[in-house]
Amino acid sequence: MHDGHAHPHPTAPDHDGPLTDYQLMEIAVRELLIEKGVLTADEIRGAVEAMDARSPAEGARVVAHAWVDPAYKGRLLANGTAACEELGIDMGIVKLVVVENTADVHNVIVCTLCSCYPRALLGLPPDWYKSRAYRARTVREPRAVLREFGTAIPDRVAVRVHDSTADMRYLVLPARPAGTDGWNEARLAALVTRDSMIGVTLPRLP
Amino acid sequence: MSARFKPGDRVAVRRAYPPGHIRTPFYIRGKAGVIERLCGSFGNPEELAYGRSGRPAQPLYRVRFRQDQVWPGYTGPAADTVDIEIYEHWLEPA
Amino acid sequence: MRGYHDIGGLDAGAIDPSQHAHELWEKRVDALLVLLSRKGVMTVDELRLGIESLGADVYERLTYYERWIASVARALVDRGVITTDELGRHMAAAAARGDRA
Repeated sequence: MHDGHAHPHPTAPDHDGPLTDYQLMEIAVRELLIEKGVLTADEIRGAVEAMDARSPAEGARVVAHAWVDPAYKGRLLANGTAACEELGIDMGIVKLVVVENTADVHNVIVCTLCSCYPRALLGLPPDWYKSRAYRARTVREPRAVLREFGTAIPDRVAVRVHDSTADMRYLVLPARPAGTDGWNEARLAALVTRDSMIGVTLPRLP
Repeated sequence: MSARFKPGDRVAVRRAYPPGHIRTPFYIRGKAGVIERLCGSFGNPEELAYGRSGRPAQPLYRVRFRQDQVWPGYTGPAADTVDIEIYEHWLEPA
Repeated sequence: MRGYHDIGGLDAGAIDPSQHAHELWEKRVDALLVLLSRKGVMTVDELRLGIESLGADVYERLTYYERWIASVARALVDRGVITTDELGRHMAAAAARGDRA
């Protein structure tokens, strides 16, 4: 199972051969929207660039800051959106709920109905998060799903699944690994993987 | 905003199965849980899906359910839960 | 009555961990939806309803962003932002040009 390290996904070179109906549809819709003044080419380009610039490094930065600053962590758990904006992250209209892993609770996020995901903090969701298997199984057998990701949660720790069905978006605040006393935020952030902020894995160990 | 429920209230998800754009998952209908928090009020997605205003905004709650009460034969610990955001009009007192 | 997208709790097999690199046209679809919803031209809920209305067979066959663009196109026609005729002419022209994605 890959480890979801924090770098933006490369764009695949487009395939040779005729365009599919859906690729033609994208071209046509885009041209029409530009022609009719609904959008501009620059806006579309800018939105793609903004998407490329977002990666799990943003979420990792938030987690690392919460690990070193208990007051910030309190604010993050009370109002995720405001706390992220404190760090200069543009959350737009997103209502973020941050859920904390503790000695008693392990959190994992899923969107069974579609693919809701905290994109401002993690970039685009991985294919597996959007897959039928993840969406179907995580609510019903979370511990088995976690084991598939290599994560074993003991029975004394509750597993809490969050099904992102409406307007909130979720980020898991992983527990800070032992053996990191005195580490600076950048060093801590490097331990925080995308998958640990979805809740299917734990952070890297020092 | 006048919200019908508060954290700690026991609620049940209505057993209704309409067509249309519903954000209350099938698996949770008819199940009982506890209000974890009021998230705020938001436009009704069932109406927004048809290009209508979705007003008046509806209270949205996070409701916590015990997994062993949602899934027959759930094998994990009793403390395992699933938290779901549910609009007020899908909830009734349990 | 259960939507074919409403799959929480259904049986499913192992989770495939592989990741495809996002193609540029897919990123543009995503960007279109973000911009259109931000400008109030259509809502995310309309996108979702459109995807939920493609039919189970199409839902399974199409890739993620194919479903999105099908739904965006439908929503724009529904709202009268573009017409079916315009869409058809532009799609045919792009095909005739031998455009790359």
